[in-house]
Amino acid sequence: MALIEFSDKGLYCPIGNFFIDPWKPVDNAVITHAHSDHARWGSKNYLCHTQTKPLLQLRLGNNNYQTVDWNESVYINQVKVSLHPAGHIIGSSQIRVEYNGEVWVVSGDYKLENDGISGEFEPVKCHTFITESTFGLPIYKWKPQQEIFQQIQQWILNNQSQNKCSVLIAYSLGKAQRVLQAVTKVTDNIWVHGAIYNTYETLINAGWQLPLLKRVTPETTKEALHNAVVIAPPSADGTPWMKKFYTYSVGVCSGWMQVRGNARRRNVDAGFVLSDHADWNGLLQAVKATEANKVFVTHGFQSAFARHLNEHGIEAAEVKTAFGDEEDVQENNSGSTNE
Amino acid sequence: MKAFANLINQLNSSTKTSDKLKALSDYFAVATDKDKVWVIALFSGRRPKRAVTATQLKTWCMESINMQPWLFEECYNTVGDLAETIALLLSNQHNSSQNFPLHHYIETLISIEKESEAVKKNYILQSWQQLTQDEIFVFNKLITGGFRIGVSQKLMVNALAKTTQLSSSVITHRISGQWNAANTSFHHLLSEEANSIDASKPYPFYLAYALDGALKDLGNENEWQAEWKWDGIRGQIIKRSNELFVWSRGEELMTDKFPEYQIFSNLLHNGTVLDGEIICLQLNTGNTFKPLPFALLQTRIGRKNISKKELSNSPVGFIAYDVLEYDGEDIRNKPLTERRYLLEQIIQAVHHPSLQLSPLIHFNNWHELAQQQQNARAFDAEGIMLKRKNSVYQVGRKTGDWWKWKVAPLTIDAVMIYAQKGHGRRSNLYTDYTFAVKDGDKLVPFTKAYSGLTDKEFAQVDAFVKKNALEKFGPVRTVKPELVFEIAFEGIAASNRHKSGVALRFPRILRWRQDKKADEINTLEDLKQLLEQYGK
Ligand SMILES: [Zn+2]
Ligand SMILES: [Zn+2]
Repeated sequence: MALIEFSDKGLYCPIGNFFIDPWKPVDNAVITHAHSDHARWGSKNYLCHTQTKPLLQLRLGNNNYQTVDWNESVYINQVKVSLHPAGHIIGSSQIRVEYNGEVWVVSGDYKLENDGISGEFEPVKCHTFITESTFGLPIYKWKPQQEIFQQIQQWILNNQSQNKCSVLIAYSLGKAQRVLQAVTKVTDNIWVHGAIYNTYETLINAGWQLPLLKRVTPETTKEALHNAVVIAPPSADGTPWMKKFYTYSVGVCSGWMQVRGNARRRNVDAGFVLSDHADWNGLLQAVKATEANKVFVTHGFQSAFARHLNEHGIEAAEVKTAFGDEEDVQENNSGSTNE
Repeated sequence: MKAFANLINQLNSSTKTSDKLKALSDYFAVATDKDKVWVIALFSGRRPKRAVTATQLKTWCMESINMQPWLFEECYNTVGDLAETIALLLSNQHNSSQNFPLHHYIETLISIEKESEAVKKNYILQSWQQLTQDEIFVFNKLITGGFRIGVSQKLMVNALAKTTQLSSSVITHRISGQWNAANTSFHHLLSEEANSIDASKPYPFYLAYALDGALKDLGNENEWQAEWKWDGIRGQIIKRSNELFVWSRGEELMTDKFPEYQIFSNLLHNGTVLDGEIICLQLNTGNTFKPLPFALLQTRIGRKNISKKELSNSPVGFIAYDVLEYDGEDIRNKPLTERRYLLEQIIQAVHHPSLQLSPLIHFNNWHELAQQQQNARAFDAEGIMLKRKNSVYQVGRKTGDWWKWKVAPLTIDAVMIYAQKGHGRRSNLYTDYTFAVKDGDKLVPFTKAYSGLTDKEFAQVDAFVKKNALEKFGPVRTVKPELVFEIAFEGIAASNRHKSGVALRFPRILRWRQDKKADEINTLEDLKQLLEQYGK
């Protein structure tokens, strides 16, 4: 019996009788992070990182949550389970599962660069590694966050000099908090869409130190938004909600902006290549660091990445998951789910 | 190169014409004359001869980063553009380059055209080394061509007009024709005094609306003239100051695309402007002609240089509808009948098979005309033009005196069986589909069709493809045969290159038949019947 199986409800550990990021209601769910394609509604018990809990409460309501810190072990039916920073968003974790000396690690979503809020990715040695591959093609190579932040700041200053409002499109959980770090360096006139404000309040209540933000409401006047920065989720892009900001420029923060056609198709004024996922080199580096002798690839360009690993002496296989195929990723790109 | 890469970035990312115009005129205001001339050349389709092939670029890129061909293909299919794929894969992390001006790169590319492969390779690899990612992209584009940036010649002309004090029509005229950027100075191209009257200037076209009411509403049939509506490009032939000019309806000067017309320069009098159809014609004995498919004309327009072979495979003629200027006089306000009389005189005097008079359709009553209209396809026409005999030649699209009456396209209901991602703007959506008809319990693919759906429908079909993909063949997905579409097309011909045995002309998606199920589609037999009927 494999330590982790690929079932129709998601990743399943039969010995421990728990699921990791199940996409159907189960008894015991271990959650990597609070994005909606990983944390789904309806399970009896949830195990997650301490920082993830308030976000799950916001998104899934009150449930039976058990929390752990990183590198803290718990046993579920003799299976040793621990969480390790994944660097993806606040609270995001890799799940390490050990039984009888055999170790599997489920990566969840991750990135290697320390973004200043999500914790620093920790390489965890294992026998079998289950990795995501959202950006698993060599065309995806990220520049350092600092460089992208400078681009964003330059763009905001430029807009201000033309009396334009800067509308930054960023996912409400993760990217929005991340770009805030760049934005606060150039302005304190920062407004956010309601969806982002909810996440913001939750984080403030959980004790996070975040800059002062204002929520855009129906009462917000155009004058108030003059020269301001507005952060909005992809779902708001192109809707009547945007009409409020009469002269504005739209900048999208996403790894998909790497390809010119995507920026053009989304009709954006500026595309910032900023992702919360590992790029090609990041994925390769992460896989090597685990020293795993078997790799399962989900969630993205799994067939290409698995084939590449096999050609380079690492046994790999692609796995289809509900949060993991190329097609979901493409939908991400049009903004319908969380990146 | 940095400034040019910046310009391309700005043109690429902006969607507003006003932004593009500003980006271009800003560039023209500061660029060196030599670079300006090359930008004008590039954006008006005068790319230097290809020194290096796409395959060479691909091979050298894979070699230099030690990449498997299959992985390169995956990347290429995702990006949809070779120049960009290479730029992303090489992606030097350094941010400043050894910066030569644009013309330096172009001229070096020209100079190595005849050199050995090793020399070329060495130059390309060295340039890739030195350039930043954005610059590698434009460098590759200089070789592969096709900056997909939505800059029409017109937009560029307007930007130049802003920076040079010359009028747009003068600039359009100046930058058209045969000139070589390598030995033309900006001054020579654009800065001369231009006080002579612009001899090339065309008249605005008079365009017809589609007939929407009943024929009898047009009144007395004797007041109307009927002609075939030909399927080419509407154009004007202008002979003034001993020079010939050919303009398309898109206000593009196309004189050099049609060497067949040069003879008219001797045969037409100065001060003559003809309105008609630029179209490929097969000339038969007895001065009769048969129009050839539009696709042939298209191959001609796409080319900068036209080979002897193309000239003989797709000979272009002109079917004249009207005369707008006669003996140097603007006669657009004379009634059509008078203009037609003059036109007949001109065509007779020229007496050249490439210049044909648009034949009139004789009819005694509206009923007869309606029957003729049904027959349009048999005459290789798309329908009928109706013009009031006493009409003057108006400006632009006007209702009342001229009507176009197209025949309905042929249609067939088919099911989608393969899908592929689009390129460019749609590189992440499945927008290219292959359709099949039924043959017993088999499905036989018979055509691809691209356009015809709204963005919203594309998104829905895209989502369907993603959920219902059965198999992958490279970029192609086999999908569950479930979605039914009505495919319209203008013509059908026998073909042994296609499994179905037919090839369609202008296939397009007419509508998504969400009301139909896959077993209600047309059959191969239905297609064969259409071939029998219209396939000549
Ligand atoms: Zn995520
Ligand atoms: Zn995810």
